[in-house]
Formats: sequence, structure tokens, C-alpha cells
Amino acid sequence: MNNSEYAITVKDLTKKFGDFTAVDRITFDVRKGEIFGFLGANGAGKTTAMRMLCGLSVPTSGNGRVAGFDIVRQAEMIKRRIGYMSQNFSLYQNLTAEENLRLFGTIYGLSDREIKTRSQRLFQDLDMESMRGKRVGDIPVGWKQKLAFVAATIHLPEIVFLDEPTGGVDPVTRRKFWELIYKATADGMTVFVTTHYLDEAEYCNRVSIMVDGRIEALDSPDNLKKRYDADTMDEVFRMVAKNAKRAE
Amino acid sequence: MNAIVDISHLSARYGRTMALDDVSLQVDKGELFGVIGPDGAGKSTLYKILATLMPPASGGASVCGLDIVKDYRDVRSRIGYMPERFSLYKDLSVQENLKFFAALFGVSVKKNFDLIAPIFRQLERFPDRKAGALSGGMKQKLALSCALIHRPEILLLDEPTTGVDAVSRSEFWDILQSLKNQGITILVSTSYMDEANLCERIAMIDRGRILGTDTPARLVARLGERLFAARADNMFRLLEELRRLPQVKECYTFGANLHAVVSDDFDPQQAARMMEHCGLKGVSITPAEGTIEDLFIKLTANEQ
Repeated sequence: MNNSEYAITVKDLTKKFGDFTAVDRITFDVRKGEIFGFLGANGAGKTTAMRMLCGLSVPTSGNGRVAGFDIVRQAEMIKRRIGYMSQNFSLYQNLTAEENLRLFGTIYGLSDREIKTRSQRLFQDLDMESMRGKRVGDIPVGWKQKLAFVAATIHLPEIVFLDEPTGGVDPVTRRKFWELIYKATADGMTVFVTTHYLDEAEYCNRVSIMVDGRIEALDSPDNLKKRYDADTMDEVFRMVAKNAKRAE
Repeated sequence: MNAIVDISHLSARYGRTMALDDVSLQVDKGELFGVIGPDGAGKSTLYKILATLMPPASGGASVCGLDIVKDYRDVRSRIGYMPERFSLYKDLSVQENLKFFAALFGVSVKKNFDLIAPIFRQLERFPDRKAGALSGGMKQKLALSCALIHRPEILLLDEPTTGVDAVSRSEFWDILQSLKNQGITILVSTSYMDEANLCERIAMIDRGRILGTDTPARLVARLGERLFAARADNMFRLLEELRRLPQVKECYTFGANLHAVVSDDFDPQQAARMMEHCGLKGVSITPAEGTIEDLFIKLTANEQ
């Protein structure tokens, strides 16, 4: 188990593709139980950074720990200890809600009994009993999103990475999803999330803004607004990101 | 009336599901018109029908005075359609995609280049890059260029800015504004409520039905609710506690604040005291102006 007070610590993390420095010496920590918003323009290097944190890509230099494991030497351990949900692919549309949870639970090495008791509780908590036996392709998008989050966290990871979880989602569904995030962190989970909806940045405990591979700003939404003399995170983001030089 | 798009009692279905239910809508020539609604509302179906890719179950529509079923071939040359999913050829280069779409419509890239020049300029630096290797923002600019290359009278844009960052979204809307100024009619759907405010008129659509069509300001005026903005040190707890008050009809997150829709007997000072009594600190509850997003939530929340 990770005994540190941090779920993520990263120092001078760098990734180069040939001459191109996608991620340029980024340094930051994420405390346990924190909602950390990882913002940046398209092409700023967010996805590359996130892939390194999830153990899917080896850094060119620098180091870091996620969930207590070294991102270079213990990448396999990290994959087992984190949850990951992406906008594009999260669930198997042709399987039922219950089958999806069983699949993800099995992949993460849970026993049949654990899967059964956890699924049962989750369906109850989320008021999703009636959706259990339905094909995921047939259930409304709001439920699908909740289910994707549940599938990504069925193994009770210390930290969950959410890559644009609300992309293209309407205002009501987005809000319901954020309430789910709040609940998970109230139970002690750490949430690392990317989004282009800047009202959602206000819901994070702390936010970083990446520009051209570097972290240009990192603080709580209130402090960032004070520093940039802005009323909203939208204004802060525009001020920080408009100086980007990188040609996507 | 000078309706360039005229939709009349249009319905569409997928099996037993009604995707569009008796939709009527007119869009004027040169208008920047927004279509907003939740996922599954029927926005994309509406676009597919107008783009002549799917026939309506009943009712009909005309585009530039042409019937979308009978005259579908002619309609196609008058419209530029950018579907929700990236739909260019990933294995073709930037330049090849543009040439291909020009060839499909029997036009030359050169002749219509002036129209796309401001958009395409940012792509010119890498003409040989494969479309699949472009970043999100660049893909979107190429897709728009390809949809414009035959100089359509109407642009049909289905959620063109999903997954696009705030700065690039602003640039994209500047482009739409300049296309509008050149006389092109634009129908654009979006899930970003700030973009809805940039349209001259919007149609709110949910479960296949139009809930209202008007200017953003006039739609907001229809909200007709007492609205307050609330803050405290623990926003999630504040949300839970406010929802317990009988005078609070709805409460939801709204950027740095919560928005509470309340009944006439709601007293903000009293509510703030009650919240502090629950252990919350730094409580502030002040009157708030309604927005399109508040209206959207009001109209759709109860159904989900």
C-alpha cells in the first residue's frame, strides 16, 4: 500500500518523440483524496503525460510515483492499482451492464464473490437495478457514463484517471457525473481528470494548465482567479493558453 | 419569410423508437442557427435527414426550395455537412482530402480557395501529413474546409467543437461568424451552452421534440424562476443540504457557485443561517441571473 500522503508525485517528467518534446520537465504532486483537474489546449501534451502516469508510456527522463509505485520500474503494478476511463472507449456495447462489470472485475483479478457483492451494492447505490440485464448499447447515455465510472473503479483503485469523461455530454448528465466524482472522493478516492468544460475546472480542488508541454499554472481555482484577476476559470484558461506557440 | 431551410411536421424512427416527433422549424437565409439538446435528443438524426442521408418517416423538409427526398441530388450540392464523428479519409493527406472532396463535387480547389483560405492557412504548413495524424483542432479545421470546398449555401455542423479546447473553440466561432458574413446559412449543434449564446436563434430539442425556438435572450426570459447563487467552504455538502430545504425546488452546480431554483417563500438570509448551523462556513446566497444553461436544465432535468 501507498503510505505517502500523495497519490501522485512527479519530478521533471519529460517525453520526447525525436526532436519533439511533447512533455517538458513537468513537476507536481496530487494529494490523496484530491480532485485534480489536468487542463490544457489540444496538443499541449496532456494525453502523453497521462499515458506516462498510467504506466503506458516510458518517460524519456524524469521520474514519478503513482499509487506508491515507480512509473518506470513498476509500470505493471501501477496498471493494477489505478482506474482509467476514457471518453471514447469504456464499455462493451454488446454486453449487458452486469456482464461489463464482471468482465472488468475479472480483468482486475477480483474473485467471483467479490464481483458479485460489489456489483450488487453498486447497482443499488446508483439506483440502477433496472439496468442490470440491459445491453449497454441500449441504455441512456447518463446511465452509461455512471456505469463506465463504476467499471473503472470496481477494483477500488486508490486513484482513477478520467480522460475527458464528459466530452459532448449535455449539462444535466455532466452534473450528475460530477456528483458521482464528489461521492467517490468523499470515500477517499483520488481523481485525476481532464476536461474542456471550464465550469468543471471550478469543481476541482486544484487545477494545472499545460501549455506547450509545460505546466504553466497550478493552484486552486480560487487562487488562480485571484492571480490572473479573473472572474472565472474560463478567463484564466484563455489568458494562460493563448500564449501557446506549438503548432498542434 | 425567407426560409432557406423549412422543416414541416418531420418525424423519424429507428425501429420502435421515435427519434424525431413532429418537428417543424424554419431557418432564415444567412442565419447562424443553433440546435441544442442532450445526447439522444435527435439532433444528429435531424442533420442526417437534412443532409439527405436518411429519409423521414413522415412529414418533410425543403432546403433552398428543394425537397430533401425528391430532389436529394440537387440538395447535396447546396449543403456542406460536417458529421459528428471525424469522417475524412485518415490515410489520405491534408491536401489529398481537400482535392478528393473538390473532385466529388466537380469543383476545383483553386476556384473556391478564397472561402477556405482563412481556415486552411493553418493547415498549409503540413500539406502532406495524413489526416489521421492531425490533432483534434486541426482535424476539425480540415473537415470544415472539405465541407466548404464546393461553396455550399448552407453549412450543417453536427457538434463541431466537441473535445476542442476553449481557445480553439473561440477561433472556430470567429470563423463561423465570418462565413455567416459572407452569406452562408449555418446550422450548428452543440453541447456547450456558452456557444448557444453566440447564435442568432436556437432551437432546444429533447426526445425528438422542439421545446422552444427563439433568440437566446428571449428563451432565457421564459425561465420564469427565482434563482440564487450559493457558495460555501464545502460545495458538495452545501449541495446536499440546500436540496433538503423544502423551498428549494432544484439545486445544481454552476461553475464556482451552486444555482438554487426556489419558491416565493425562500429567504436567503435564513437559508444561509441554516447552512451555517449545519457546520458550513463562508456561506453566501445571492440573487442570480438565469442563463441558457439554467433553462436547459429546467426543461430536461425531470425527464432523465
